[in-house]
Amino acid sequence: MTIEAPVLLPADEAAPPPRPALIQGDKSPADVTRDICKPIERRAGALWWAGFLTALAALAFGIWSVTYQFMTGIGTWGLNRTVGWGFAITNFVFWVGIGHAGTLISAVLLLFRQKWRTSINRSAEAMTIFAVICAGLFPLIHMGRPWLAYWVFPYPNFRGPLWVNWRSALLWDVFAIGTYFTISLVFWYIGLIPDLATVRDRASGLRKKIFGFLSFGWDGSARTWSRYEMACMLLAALATPLVVSVHSVVSTDFATSVVPGWHTTVLPPYFVIGAVFSGFGMVLTLMLIARKVMGLEDYITRRHIHAMCKVLVFTGSIVGLAYTTELFVAWYSGSAYERFAFNNRMFGAAGWAYWIMVACNVVAPQLLWLRRVRNSLVAIFAISIVVNIGMWFERFVIIVTSLQRDYLPSTWAGYAPSLVECGEMVGSFGLFFTLFLLFCRFFPMISMFEIKTVLEPTEGHGADSEGEA
Amino acid sequence: MQRRLHVGMFEREGDLMRAARECRERSLPIVDAYSPYPLHGIDPLIGIARSRLTLVCFLGGLAGLTIALFFQYWTSALDWPTNVGGKPYDSLPAFLPIAFEMTVLLAGLATAFALLARSRLWPGKRAPKELRGTTDNRYALVVAEESAELAPREMHDMFTRHGAVEAWEELE
Repeated sequence: MTIEAPVLLPADEAAPPPRPALIQGDKSPADVTRDICKPIERRAGALWWAGFLTALAALAFGIWSVTYQFMTGIGTWGLNRTVGWGFAITNFVFWVGIGHAGTLISAVLLLFRQKWRTSINRSAEAMTIFAVICAGLFPLIHMGRPWLAYWVFPYPNFRGPLWVNWRSALLWDVFAIGTYFTISLVFWYIGLIPDLATVRDRASGLRKKIFGFLSFGWDGSARTWSRYEMACMLLAALATPLVVSVHSVVSTDFATSVVPGWHTTVLPPYFVIGAVFSGFGMVLTLMLIARKVMGLEDYITRRHIHAMCKVLVFTGSIVGLAYTTELFVAWYSGSAYERFAFNNRMFGAAGWAYWIMVACNVVAPQLLWLRRVRNSLVAIFAISIVVNIGMWFERFVIIVTSLQRDYLPSTWAGYAPSLVECGEMVGSFGLFFTLFLLFCRFFPMISMFEIKTVLEPTEGHGADSEGEA
Repeated sequence: MQRRLHVGMFEREGDLMRAARECRERSLPIVDAYSPYPLHGIDPLIGIARSRLTLVCFLGGLAGLTIALFFQYWTSALDWPTNVGGKPYDSLPAFLPIAFEMTVLLAGLATAFALLARSRLWPGKRAPKELRGTTDNRYALVVAEESAELAPREMHDMFTRHGAVEAWEELE
């Protein structure tokens, strides 16, 4: 047997075309520090104030709604005995999902050494934290007697002690969301410390004191860096299974019940991929706004946006596959109740929501295959918003259409949200954007030290003075 | 005992690395290097051993797992057994999600606190060395002088030869 010699291509044909640099404008480390500190060291611009005041107004609406609901009772919502979960749980699942992209970018992409993550990981992690805060508020205000919220924790008490029910998926949620929030917060803050020190060293007066306090006395010593990198790797490795586990646990809130349309084994992966999909939609929305408002076009480049678009197409396609699988299994199961549930979901009273969901999540992201769409920031921005709307509807469809028509036709009911519920949803967006805009204003929103490691070595830096790499 | 420290301040990563390599060749003890981002390859030159944070992380995780499993078993089966839907008191499979979350939680917190404790970082601590610019765009190399034969002049020259923009000595 003879082995044919491989055909050697000429060097220029074999080599892939060079990729555009991650960071544009031939920056030196000093440029990076200056550019990224600029938005937080100068006065806020008109655009920032406009966004902040809008978000604050939305938050105020939310605070009014929550206050009114607390004073009056859960009857201010449009829920009834059949549809016991509505807007609040939809918002809860939606916001937990949004958080997932942040963890995926900061942890999974770190482990896979995807260098493009360095421009967006800091703000994506901040997004995660704020989204989880928004998510956590909904089960809390849903409790009816929210002042007894601490009953969800297992603490020694005088009622026995009567412990929590460890077999309940709702309790798993408490631990999953609690862990997710804590680990995300720790990971984010540890990642911030070196940059807070950079801000401290540029500042003076009160600002220097505040950032001096927050930066924990960081001095950039090689010994600390060595441990620091190890700790970041470990935290990333710990956060990675959280990406999968948190939304899986959230899905068990539904999957462990017997309601047709909820009681299905596909739900955990379905929820996780939907979470990553919606999270990337939100990251794209935020990054497209932030690079414009904060003037960070050189750092969040088209290459970053293209990379996120690819993730959006990929995860959007899997979401489509999940919808199809769900329909197929409902039919293939032969169960009349399952078949009815999905028939009702598509063509029942709330069927319009199902088709909004399919149009937004399955069809819209496929447009990103077209280069013309991928090159238009306006189109990408529109698609990212559409994806967010679609993913909100996905949760609404799963929750409401399944509950509306259960096993007993005499209990069938409809559901329409009340003003208070709408106010709370608007308020959660207000809270999210208020926190995010404050973060952009007071903290370096791009990880400076990580950007400095991915700069192309040129004359100005990286390479040493004798020109050797 | 007081040590004399020689500090070289560089503007390029590569310059510091070459100076560090020369120190290593001449067996001059490098105390530390300060840089705006992690310098890869400096650890063996300074003699930094691999961090044991992995062990801390593992032990934290193990503690989380053990505590969670034991506590769920103790509350459900020993302290106050309650019949929940006819399920066994010791519903081990149902205890796993929380056991997993607690493993991750304690492993993560242990790692983070070990990092802060071992590196002596805490809220409000003052940065110990005033090495201007090392959090921005400069790289500092600190070399200790253990014998009198290493003349300050010579150190200064070595740093400058490798492209140092500043070099000085100080007492520790």
